[in-house]
Amino acid sequence: MRWIVKRVITILTTFYIAITLTFFLIRLMPGNPIDVMINQYMQQGMSMEQARMMVSSLYQIDFSKPAWEQYIEYLQLIFRGNLGISYTYTGVPVIRIISYALPWTVFLLSISISLSFMLGIVLGMFAAYRRNKKSDHAITLFSTITNAIPNYVLALIFLFFFACIWKIFPIRGTRDPRIPPGFTLEFISNIFYHATLPILSFFITTVGSWILQMRGATISVLGEDYIRVAEARGLRGRRIMFSYVGRNAIIPLFTRLAIAIGYMFSGSVLIENIFTYAGIGYYLTYSVTARDYPLMQGCFLITTLAIILSNFIADLLYGFLDPRVRIER
Amino acid sequence: MVQVKEVLIRALRKSVYDPLKIILRSKRGAVGFAIVLFFALMATVGSLIVRYDPSTVNLSEALQPPSLKHPLGTDWFGRDILAMLIIGSQDVLFVSFVAALITTSVATFMGIISGYMGGKADSILVGVTDIVLTIPGFPLLIVIASILRTSNPVLLAAILSITAWAPLSRAIRAQTLTLRERGFIEMAKCLGMPSIHIITNEILPNIMPYIIINGIFAFTGAIYAQVGLFMLGLAPYKSQNWGVMLNLSVNYAGAVFSIKQASLLAPAICIILLQIGLVFLSGSLEEVFNPRLRSG
Repeated sequence: MRWIVKRVITILTTFYIAITLTFFLIRLMPGNPIDVMINQYMQQGMSMEQARMMVSSLYQIDFSKPAWEQYIEYLQLIFRGNLGISYTYTGVPVIRIISYALPWTVFLLSISISLSFMLGIVLGMFAAYRRNKKSDHAITLFSTITNAIPNYVLALIFLFFFACIWKIFPIRGTRDPRIPPGFTLEFISNIFYHATLPILSFFITTVGSWILQMRGATISVLGEDYIRVAEARGLRGRRIMFSYVGRNAIIPLFTRLAIAIGYMFSGSVLIENIFTYAGIGYYLTYSVTARDYPLMQGCFLITTLAIILSNFIADLLYGFLDPRVRIER
Repeated sequence: MVQVKEVLIRALRKSVYDPLKIILRSKRGAVGFAIVLFFALMATVGSLIVRYDPSTVNLSEALQPPSLKHPLGTDWFGRDILAMLIIGSQDVLFVSFVAALITTSVATFMGIISGYMGGKADSILVGVTDIVLTIPGFPLLIVIASILRTSNPVLLAAILSITAWAPLSRAIRAQTLTLRERGFIEMAKCLGMPSIHIITNEILPNIMPYIIINGIFAFTGAIYAQVGLFMLGLAPYKSQNWGVMLNLSVNYAGAVFSIKQASLLAPAICIILLQIGLVFLSGSLEEVFNPRLRSG
């Protein structure tokens, strides 16, 4: 229990720091977005007062107050879930855009990460069992190469060949707008049809690292004494493979899962842009290029929150799988 | 004089010739070395073979397939792709190299201090590292780059390393912790050597191989982030950068793409090759530093 409380405290501090960092970036840095926006409105013929009013209604923060009061107001707004109003989608609250975009990103990432994690574990164990044989060399070489390819570069190549030239998959978008949303086979298959190339780009560029890690972990477990004991006891090979080798080799991979999720959120910014896939990453870059700073702030905060939460989940899983962790911390 | 020459030759042998022999002995090492050497030459002396100004727009020659005149064809504005590729490699490599230097130095400094000092300093540094680890690196990069809008390569490199140092710092701390318990460090401490001396003369040389190999990974990470940033069109516009070339390809995708324009993907292929080369090279460098890994 104490371990979980400790983790929750760390999470809250991290999120608090991310929120504060965002405030400083948006409000206090030289050339910060708020000053830029006020200047823009003034160039359009507004007075200083009017421009300030406009900007503060978008952010819902009063900029005539001293900085620390603005900061307190900003914190209150965020804890109430109010992220301000988008500047380019006139009048639409940022939180609504995010609640529309986030499921798409989570959909892409969760499918690709579970696929690559599972296949990585299977292939990694396979390679470890056949180490230094031809199939092991082939798998290791494949993993090293695909692991080195940047995901967005592969996405671009996929876009070029599969979408533009051979026209097997759609070039852009999350779904066909002509198909009404709902639990119909047509709609769901259309969603997967649009998500295939983004998922493939993630999958191929991440599976290699899981294979290599699982291969390494399995080889080191295979050298342990308890495996030899299990063999000496005459346990069946399959039983040793799953409940002795596999279970122990997987454990260290779970801590890296958290880091991988964070990394994939970064990658999704690029991949969503290549396929014009309307997730959080797409709106983040959109808001930066369109100078829609309330939206940018919202997207950044949500991404941070998502990464912190997935870290927490991975941590919980790890503690659940490996009892030693609970005691040590 | 003869002695100086001998010492020089021996040093050269130890630092260049011997490691190179080990790298070239394995297939992967040789391939990695050749690729990295190729791109290094491309960025340094490559501009000598550039026949076209990569920024002149010539719409009458737009989107030509590869020919003798333009070995890799031309882009939407009739610019020679090969020339853009070569000139663009200078920025990509330079900025990423500086970013890798900054990342590894910061990580080494933080990691060693944290691991060697222990106590309060350690727990504060660990806390900071943990927080930086959870901040989404690339999104933060986008936000900062869009606010700063810098075209200064060194500043851009510094921005690229803003969160990249954290994982490496954590790993170096772990390495320092295990080293600290070893006999020779304890002996140095008992002899009353100052901490600075122990860190620079005992700890640093021992984790140097680890730092160099991770420096290569920092380099690949910086290439990823930098080209990605330019591909999103978020860093100041500069036509000679692989990322900007990719940005154009994404924006015009679907409009004119046919198999004849496949050379537009040249920067993508270059990035893949360079990354693979660096990973292979780092693998065989590991063999140079750790004789037990060498095969045969």
